[in-house]
Amino acid sequence: MSWEAVIGLEVHVQLATKSKIFSGASPAFGGAPNSQACPVDIGLPGVLPVLNAEAVRMAVKFGLAIDAEIYPYSIFDRKNYFYPDLPKGYQISQFAHPIVGPGTLDIRMENGDTVAVGITRAHLEEDAGKSLHTSYPGMTGIDLNRTGTPLLEVVSEPDMRSPAQAVAYFRQLHKLVRYLEICDGNLAEGSMRCDANVSVRPLGSSELGERSEIKNINSFRFVEKAIAFEIERQIDILESGGKVRRDTRQYDSERNETRSMRTKELSDDYRYFPDPDLLPVHLTSAYIAEVKASLPELPEARLARFRTELGLNDYDAAWLTNDPVIADYFEAALSTTGDAKLTANWIMGDASAALHRDELEWGDCPVPAAELGRLIARIKDDTISSKLAKTIFDALWVEEGTVDEIIDVRGLRQLSDSAALRGIVKKILNENPSQVAQYQTGKNKVLGFFVGQVMKATQGRANPGQVNELLLDSLKEGATGKE
Amino acid sequence: MKEFASIGELARGLRQGDYSSVELVRHYLARISANSTLNTFITINEDEALIAAASADRAFERGVAGPLTGIPLAHKDIFCTQGITTTCGSHILENWIAPYDATVVHRLADAGTVLLGKTNMDEFAMGSSNENSYFGAALNPWDTSRVPGGSSGGSAAAVAAGLIPVATGTDTGGSIRQPAAFCGVAGIKPTYGRVSRYGMAAFASSLDQAGVIGHDAEDLAMVLSVMSGLDPRDSTSSDHADPWLAGILEDGLTPGGEKLTIGLPDEYFKDLNEGAALLEAAAGEFERAGCRLTRISLPHTDAAIPAYYILAGAEASTNLSRYDGVHFGYRCENPTSLEDLYQRSRSEGFGTEVKRRILTGTYALSVGYFDAYYLKAQKLRRLIQQDFLAAFAAVDLILAPTTPGVAFHTGDLTDDPVAMYQQDIFTIPASLAGLPALSVPCGFIAGLPIGMQLIGPHFGEQKLLETSALYQRRTDWHQHHPEVT
Repeated sequence: MSWEAVIGLEVHVQLATKSKIFSGASPAFGGAPNSQACPVDIGLPGVLPVLNAEAVRMAVKFGLAIDAEIYPYSIFDRKNYFYPDLPKGYQISQFAHPIVGPGTLDIRMENGDTVAVGITRAHLEEDAGKSLHTSYPGMTGIDLNRTGTPLLEVVSEPDMRSPAQAVAYFRQLHKLVRYLEICDGNLAEGSMRCDANVSVRPLGSSELGERSEIKNINSFRFVEKAIAFEIERQIDILESGGKVRRDTRQYDSERNETRSMRTKELSDDYRYFPDPDLLPVHLTSAYIAEVKASLPELPEARLARFRTELGLNDYDAAWLTNDPVIADYFEAALSTTGDAKLTANWIMGDASAALHRDELEWGDCPVPAAELGRLIARIKDDTISSKLAKTIFDALWVEEGTVDEIIDVRGLRQLSDSAALRGIVKKILNENPSQVAQYQTGKNKVLGFFVGQVMKATQGRANPGQVNELLLDSLKEGATGKE
Repeated sequence: MKEFASIGELARGLRQGDYSSVELVRHYLARISANSTLNTFITINEDEALIAAASADRAFERGVAGPLTGIPLAHKDIFCTQGITTTCGSHILENWIAPYDATVVHRLADAGTVLLGKTNMDEFAMGSSNENSYFGAALNPWDTSRVPGGSSGGSAAAVAAGLIPVATGTDTGGSIRQPAAFCGVAGIKPTYGRVSRYGMAAFASSLDQAGVIGHDAEDLAMVLSVMSGLDPRDSTSSDHADPWLAGILEDGLTPGGEKLTIGLPDEYFKDLNEGAALLEAAAGEFERAGCRLTRISLPHTDAAIPAYYILAGAEASTNLSRYDGVHFGYRCENPTSLEDLYQRSRSEGFGTEVKRRILTGTYALSVGYFDAYYLKAQKLRRLIQQDFLAAFAAVDLILAPTTPGVAFHTGDLTDDPVAMYQQDIFTIPASLAGLPALSVPCGFIAGLPIGMQLIGPHFGEQKLLETSALYQRRTDWHQHHPEVT
């Protein structure tokens, strides 16, 4: 029998606000344990939550970017359960009335297909703290720094049919939240965490199979591998006549398998009810319009513009727009060079390779976009050769100075003085009569030898095109170049 | 120094130099100490109070004293006070010290008042008799075999006995008004949102409101004027501007309300035995002062108690989840597992009534019961609110009994929780509607005080307090005091 996988994702997007969703404490990653937990986060007697307006704005931005309905009225509920890293004994979340309603996110597959993934809803909630099970032998440490960090939980429809689609959706979401500047997108620090709901059914069936939920997957690669494993596991069960049990699973990346955490035959009773400490969120149409007007150019629009206005091919345009930081870098460099293709080549080639070599992110690129732009501009105005440009790029990388300073200090200005070059060419030809003779007998390859000699004599500064021309001229003029 | 002085009188005495704040504080500390059998205080703040009083005296010397500088007061032990235990009358917080001050606490401290201590209360404000305090019940100074009411019973009894001129309280379903009535003092529960709840341990968040217990209407107005106002730390606090209230400390409270129409709800009087004649006499006093009296109906009054106990229990069941033995407060000995730690810390830390309400509230919020209990109770709450809105279209104030009768004997109702809940029948409706309401003494039955309740429209505290001042000018019930040491 052929099987079809049905996949839906719930992604927790950590919003990049300056303070927590209900308190003034900082949600920054990496502080000493419990150094960023104020009385509100700890849930001391008497404290009250106050909603962070910036978190609301970010949720609205997201909703508008996926063409979703923005509900003018949403409510915060309490989700009640006991756990040591949940100090109040309840999590403040949105249950019955989320802020963002149904929307759509289009994903483009490698074969060019586009899949529209429905987004059921997105709601605001606070994160819990962290339980540290390994730091203290025989005990559990509690770090409440993460408590109250604003999350936007984005719930998709079960619209994906393969691990590749699921990971493409997760990537597209990642790209979008970074474009919107509502999340730093740092998967390793847990800024985006994904729960995958996976089931399989006979191909052609319209009923859904029993599903399992894989919790807390925090890398693109693991999303793909965990779901692939889970699909195989479920198919194996079904093909051997068994039944898939509804459960919650954990992905073990070292063994590449999912393991059951708890069965979910009885659903938990979280006793949701509206949090009486918080007022309903009312959003006016003027507010929503104002947020809409502030939206940046979205990934799809930018991709289209790079193709049509800048004339880049699909591959280059997609590569450059995949990350808004790269796209911004590219556009900043382009404003100096005016040459989209050459700029793209430099960014996708030398710059990207150097970052990769030094394990740096684009945001930490030691060569400012304007300097790379100037470097490319200097190639275009024949100040330097393409070959020397790479040397200058390496100097820029170690922050030797600006492009023009490096050119001057190192004396790398391209020799385009015809008279001077002509003299050098003559000299080379005179010194190498046997090679000249070879050329005369039709061995055109020798030309490369002469170019190399001229470049050597000029420490690479000679304009290669000009050298070529002069050589051809001189060789045509006479057997030995004597006048 | 006059016993049972109002804070208006004490402020004048301080300004005129009749006594210093230190002398005043020593006087009250001595009274508290001499009447410790009343058990009105959980914590006495003697050293800090004397330091604050000395600082108040320096403010008088430097001429920078404000209207309430040097006035002694007490806070119900539900308000967080930095550096002093805040127990909420519970074993589970027996030794807990807040690292911050409640908004009410710091506003009153900033106004120069001197905190003498934290008053006794039913555990987490759940109770109508003070018998649910882990620290033992406060006693009624009019008859120590009787309860002072609850949950702010410590505050009411302390004011009534002249141990403190004024004290804060909190009122969720009557916890200021009922003990004020039982103890023969005045107490106001402001409009929901008038006073910040920040730093007040939550019982039922949508109902909890801080207020004041004192001798006369002007005392209530003065303290309320300092306590109230928008607080950015409490999203449910109101930005309602009230220049009248803001000006009270300068202008004083002017008795008034002679032209008002006062409604007497049938539902509150139909079964009233004790005190009916006194309340009619009080209504007659208003009529003689020029007010118009009219009978009104609040048809959903009967639904108030069941709706209240479901909603308050539901909110309490989750508000009290934080007392789990993990982060602060009582933790059981030698827990064998996380589950064991939760179960025993909470079983051992909470008293019977608190556990009862957590259980009923948990039940009301559970899947399968939520619609039948929580949602239905919310609908009833709206009907009760609409009753009042309709009534206030025709009347300015509502006059009603505060309690079904005088203070009952200790132990009388402890085995019958429903009978205990019935004690709040006249105070709960205004709580559910978020309305301001106050109780002032209006007479005595066999030497025990009876209270009259006035209920106003939202943010109608001016009418309530001016009318109360009018009543107190025409009567002297508030000047009757129990005999204490």
